Amino acid sequence: MKFGLPIILVVATVALIAFATLSPTQLRTVGVNTGSAVAEATAGGGTPEAAVSALLADIQRRDWDRAYARLSNTSELSKSAFVRDVAGTAASLRNYASLESWDVQPMHESPNEATVRAALRWSTAVGQIANSMDLTLAKKDNTWKAVWPVTQTVKVPTQVIPVNYLRWDIVTASGDNEWGQQNIDAPHVRIISMNAVNSDTGPVIMGEIVNEDTVPAFVNVNASLIDANGNVIDEESSFDKISHILLPKQVSPYRVDFPGYALDDHVKSIRMDPKAVLAPASADPVIAVLQQQLTGDADGRKVLQGQLMNQSGQVVNISHAIATFYDKNGKVIWVSDGYVDRALFPQTPENFSLEVPGKVAGEVQSYHVVVNQYTIGKS
Amino acid sequence: MLAFLLLASLPVLAQELTVPASVKAGSSLSIPTTGSGQATFSLLGPRSAVKRNLPLGKAVEVAPEEISVSGRYVVLLCAETCRSSTFFVQPAEAASLAVLVHPSRAPVAVNGAISAVGLRFDKFQNLVLAPGAIGFRFAENGGQVTVLSTAAKDGVAWVRTNSGRHAGPLQVTATVGTLTLTRVVQLVASDPCNLRIKAQRTAKGVLVETEPVRDCAGNPVPDGTIVSFTQTGLSKKDTVDAPVKQGVARALMAASGASVISVASGVVMGNEIRMGGQ
Repeated sequence: MKFGLPIILVVATVALIAFATLSPTQLRTVGVNTGSAVAEATAGGGTPEAAVSALLADIQRRDWDRAYARLSNTSELSKSAFVRDVAGTAASLRNYASLESWDVQPMHESPNEATVRAALRWSTAVGQIANSMDLTLAKKDNTWKAVWPVTQTVKVPTQVIPVNYLRWDIVTASGDNEWGQQNIDAPHVRIISMNAVNSDTGPVIMGEIVNEDTVPAFVNVNASLIDANGNVIDEESSFDKISHILLPKQVSPYRVDFPGYALDDHVKSIRMDPKAVLAPASADPVIAVLQQQLTGDADGRKVLQGQLMNQSGQVVNISHAIATFYDKNGKVIWVSDGYVDRALFPQTPENFSLEVPGKVAGEVQSYHVVVNQYTIGKS
Repeated sequence: MLAFLLLASLPVLAQELTVPASVKAGSSLSIPTTGSGQATFSLLGPRSAVKRNLPLGKAVEVAPEEISVSGRYVVLLCAETCRSSTFFVQPAEAASLAVLVHPSRAPVAVNGAISAVGLRFDKFQNLVLAPGAIGFRFAENGGQVTVLSTAAKDGVAWVRTNSGRHAGPLQVTATVGTLTLTRVVQLVASDPCNLRIKAQRTAKGVLVETEPVRDCAGNPVPDGTIVSFTQTGLSKKDTVDAPVKQGVARALMAASGASVISVASGVVMGNEIRMGGQ
């Protein structure tokens, strides 16, 4: 009897391991919307959608050999270039991402060529990142194979980029504290605009904040919804919808979301609480935001597209674009943000795209984009 | 009956205390007593309590360290009954200064931007409440000196003054007699003023550069101040947030068609440059 429980546990463990080993793809291919069985999708090739699904399933498993074998343009794309393109390089977000799910949708099909739109959802360290790609497929030997888009990398010549290194460090006082001893004040920051709107997910408080001081600041904006009795209904912070490190005179958008609430009669006021503390910072790298344009994406949504250009000589591992959208009166009507899952290499543009909600898209007259950057080994 | 009452009251009359109304902190104090026999002497102060047995009829010697803290003290002398009395210990002469200056950084040319508070303490760290003036001397980097003197009220003296016009350290020196203490306020440049840019076509694009960025008092803004360059074309826009380095900010913009290049720093706008297409 005393061996009964261990035996049951061992049997259950072996059964679960066997189940997980034999059916891994069934558990993960939540994005296959063609209804194909996984075995069929993994075999791929029967239809353009199945071929794309099979390719994506291999990418999801990080089975690069099988995925590469499903491509038709292997003559112009090396396997290492394909893996770099999919799995990322230089400790970018894509390096730590996994393909969570996808949807495929046929766009065009002829006897020997087809186009399939794949909506991909990547699971990353900063949450889910979605993107879509139109894959062209060619039929060879009665099998559909994808033509993987060859990324035209910018050929940057060998060069020396002079950088006047500018950085602020903080030295804390040492020794005994004399009463009344002078300390350093926190940086002076000011909210220069604020707007509160109801969105589909709840109230959104947004605006801009400026560092009016001559030292860098680590800033955060907290907001509270207050009822008629002065009680706090909910309190939220801008979290990552702000550029936390603000150099002197730098302006950042901020956005505070209150999911699950509404700006109704119950909310009588909103209390804003910007926080700023001294922080070590560097003035480099400088990232230019180029070719900004309001346009529509493949799914018909209004987006702000552009390119980020790292003008320094160091690789930026992760970049985060935050855009402020203004109406014709210069009022902030929306703040949108998005991470770029590719590293920013020096002098090499990288595309970004930020969604503009349909409700405000028609009112947008101008916009301003700021870029957060994270580099390994730096604050 | 009268004789009985007189006899009964004898021990009470025998232990009397005579304390001064006030003494200086840290001074010697002798409290005469009357009567005979043994008694218990207790001294209860703001931060201490002392208790000892002593013979009545002699003076109680209170050590200076036992009355080093200013405030109200209660003396108890107990034999068969207790007698009590109170006295105040006043702070001694000022022996040190504490100066609170706010803020640690202030933009130039702002009215009432700097406040200084002075407090005098004796050698036992008691706040000196006696009336007296504290002098404040504000010495700018450029040499301009402002001297203000103010009387302490309830031990605190404070002044408020404008920040100067020259960026740099502002030395705030408080003086009481021979005591001085110096604090430093960093006067920093205010918002940029007359922000102007010039543009030059290069092989790589358009190099946009500010003139030396200064505030309205002529102080250069500190390096690291962010200047935003915006190039607006017919349908597209480029922006670069560049830091001021060695007095100027530079950005390389694309040379694409007709466009307008504008500049801003914080909430301050600068001039615009119209670029023709090539």
